[in-house]
Amino acid sequence: MEFASPQSVAGALRSVGYLPNDRIAQVVFLAEHLGKPILVEGPAGVGKTELAKALSAVTGRELIRLQCYEGLDEAKALYEWNYKKQLLRIQADADHNWDEIEQDIFSEDFLLERPLLKAIRSEHPSILLIDEVDRVEVETEALLLEILSDFQVSIPELGTIEAASIPMVVLTSNNTRELSEALKRRCLFLHIDYPDPTREKEILEARVPGLSGHLAEQIARVARSVRNLDLKKSPSVSETIDWARTLLALAIDEVDEAVLGDTLHVLLKYKTDIEIAAKELATPTG
Amino acid sequence: MIGTLTGFIDELRDVGIPVSMVEAIDAMQAVESIDLANQVALRETLRATLIKNLRHERAFDTAFDVYFSRLPPPIPGLDQDDDGESMDHAPPQSESGEFDLDDLLRSLLDALESSDSDGLRAGAQRAVDRLAGMEPGRPVGGTYYLYRTLRRLDMARLEEMLFEALADDDVMSEFDRRLLREDVTARLETLRRQLEEEIRRRLVADRGRQAVARTLRKPMIEDVDLMHATTAELAEMEAAIGPLTRKLAARLARRRKRRSGRLDFRKTVRKSLATGGVPADPQFKHPRPHRPEVWLICDISGSMATFSRFTLQFTHAMSSQFSRLRSFAFVDTVDEVTDFFGPGIDFGSALHRITTEAEVIWMDGHSDYGNTFEMFLSRYGSQISPRTTILITGDARNNYRPTRDAALADIARRARNLIWLNPEPASYWDTGDSTMSEYAKHCDSVHEVRTLAQLESFVEKLTFSGVRAS
Repeated sequence: MEFASPQSVAGALRSVGYLPNDRIAQVVFLAEHLGKPILVEGPAGVGKTELAKALSAVTGRELIRLQCYEGLDEAKALYEWNYKKQLLRIQADADHNWDEIEQDIFSEDFLLERPLLKAIRSEHPSILLIDEVDRVEVETEALLLEILSDFQVSIPELGTIEAASIPMVVLTSNNTRELSEALKRRCLFLHIDYPDPTREKEILEARVPGLSGHLAEQIARVARSVRNLDLKKSPSVSETIDWARTLLALAIDEVDEAVLGDTLHVLLKYKTDIEIAAKELATPTG
Repeated sequence: MIGTLTGFIDELRDVGIPVSMVEAIDAMQAVESIDLANQVALRETLRATLIKNLRHERAFDTAFDVYFSRLPPPIPGLDQDDDGESMDHAPPQSESGEFDLDDLLRSLLDALESSDSDGLRAGAQRAVDRLAGMEPGRPVGGTYYLYRTLRRLDMARLEEMLFEALADDDVMSEFDRRLLREDVTARLETLRRQLEEEIRRRLVADRGRQAVARTLRKPMIEDVDLMHATTAELAEMEAAIGPLTRKLAARLARRRKRRSGRLDFRKTVRKSLATGGVPADPQFKHPRPHRPEVWLICDISGSMATFSRFTLQFTHAMSSQFSRLRSFAFVDTVDEVTDFFGPGIDFGSALHRITTEAEVIWMDGHSDYGNTFEMFLSRYGSQISPRTTILITGDARNNYRPTRDAALADIARRARNLIWLNPEPASYWDTGDSTMSEYAKHCDSVHEVRTLAQLESFVEKLTFSGVRAS
């Protein structure tokens, strides 16, 4: 995949149903050009993970995903020795020379690939998605550094494994904690915010077939209005899409106070938020 | 280009944004692969390579405008729709009468209505030409010019006109009006940004990049003085405080986990029985963290309200680090407000409830520290234990009333620790009606906390109580 310009990035992403703004297109273009990872940050549900999926669809590359969580370690992220198989191998011919066996059981055959190693050893370039990287501890973050800057992994028994192909790396973060400087330094930073009504309308039209332009525009404007309120959790893009689908299923073609009041629970998930929004915007029926 | 870029990076560093060597090199490399004439591409490229924290974006955008805005700005087709008055020939301030404000308003309105960005820029240029009255050589940041332009443009009227223009003819419901109102606000905000950019561009042309950058330099939001913050800055602080508190909470939780203690000999020996008396697995004493009991007493009178709010919010975010957290609010008398902050409560509404429901005003609504402390002592004094850390936030401006500091002395005697946070600079203490030193002599420590950053670091220290160090 060689993109000639940010515009061609935007065009390609659009063709798979992901509508990027100028910033997203530019950063993706740069990442491809400089071979650097992208660190995507922003509120939940604005399409951070979706971006990686769209890139995979556009380029036809395999998407390798590492979901981060507290307590993620090397064995889950990088590689692990298949020790059951190693035991079997040792038991299989016990009369063999030990040195030989040792050589044998610490070879590729007994290595279990985890996402990071897999992305690096893949023959064809892949898309590596490291999702919610802010969930791992700072110590684990260090594990990523070698891969992100040099695209290599050091395994004590095997030596350094260099990348067969350079994967395109996308890291996402919900910004629940400050990531380390070392990690940030190696990445291009991309902040995705809630889309403006124009872009959100386009997204809705692309994602919800059968939605009228008029309704999409209304939904986008209401979404902005709700996001302007002081809420615990503002509605994400995926929630406005859900809301659009709901309205479509209910055969509603005009949003007013009553409709909003009756369907607020699709858009907002906290009781206090729904109360605030209802007080400010909607008057539910019944 | 390299020269401008290094100047730009130096400027970012001067504002306080950490730009590492590697990032600077990345930026230089990245810039080579893009079309330099494209402002959007350049801005996003530099942003992606140099800025790694959302909080730095505001400063980045300002600096970018100063360093990379083009001079003079090319506007396609400006001469045609400009009634022959091209900006190069017209004097900056034409005689009144010659210039038609209504005409300008109409073209701005057209551009706003149809979201025509070129038209809007052309309009903004004309407006700045005519209305800003810029004087060459004056070392100002441009805000003054912006407000002058906005005032002369009569934004309120423009807003009404735009509202009328966009409104449907038929009767609109309250709901539709609200949506439209928000749409109008968003559009006017783009106009405002255009004007600001235009003014900045001209300032740069007049005085050079570095001089303008220096006047425009804004402190990071954590470092803005709480007492002198503008409404916009306060809004930004409120947006920033959520992530700040969450981060602090996460940092503290992590640190607690890591602490390991001294060798526990008994446990180690007991455990060694399993390995034939060989102490293979040493056991450690995990120090029981001291969780202080914290009482917050906050002045919520007008001037202190913001500061108290932030203190409350920070402290409550850390409530898991305390064995107990109680909050009290006062103006001229004191009331307990702990129950207003249940789990998952929204801070804005909690504060609102406090001001309306809690009994904090007894006389006239002016701060009365003396009465507050006496009331506090008589109502809650018996509950203060030697484990209690009491935290008072306020400016100690007592409106020339009696200090009655004996009450505070009594509170201090009963509590483990008495700490006072004052958002005023220490040099203002004891000026006018401030009685800080009268009270300070009973406190274990008095801290000047003027910014969010200071507040954050104080709360962090508090969790390792008793913070005696100042």
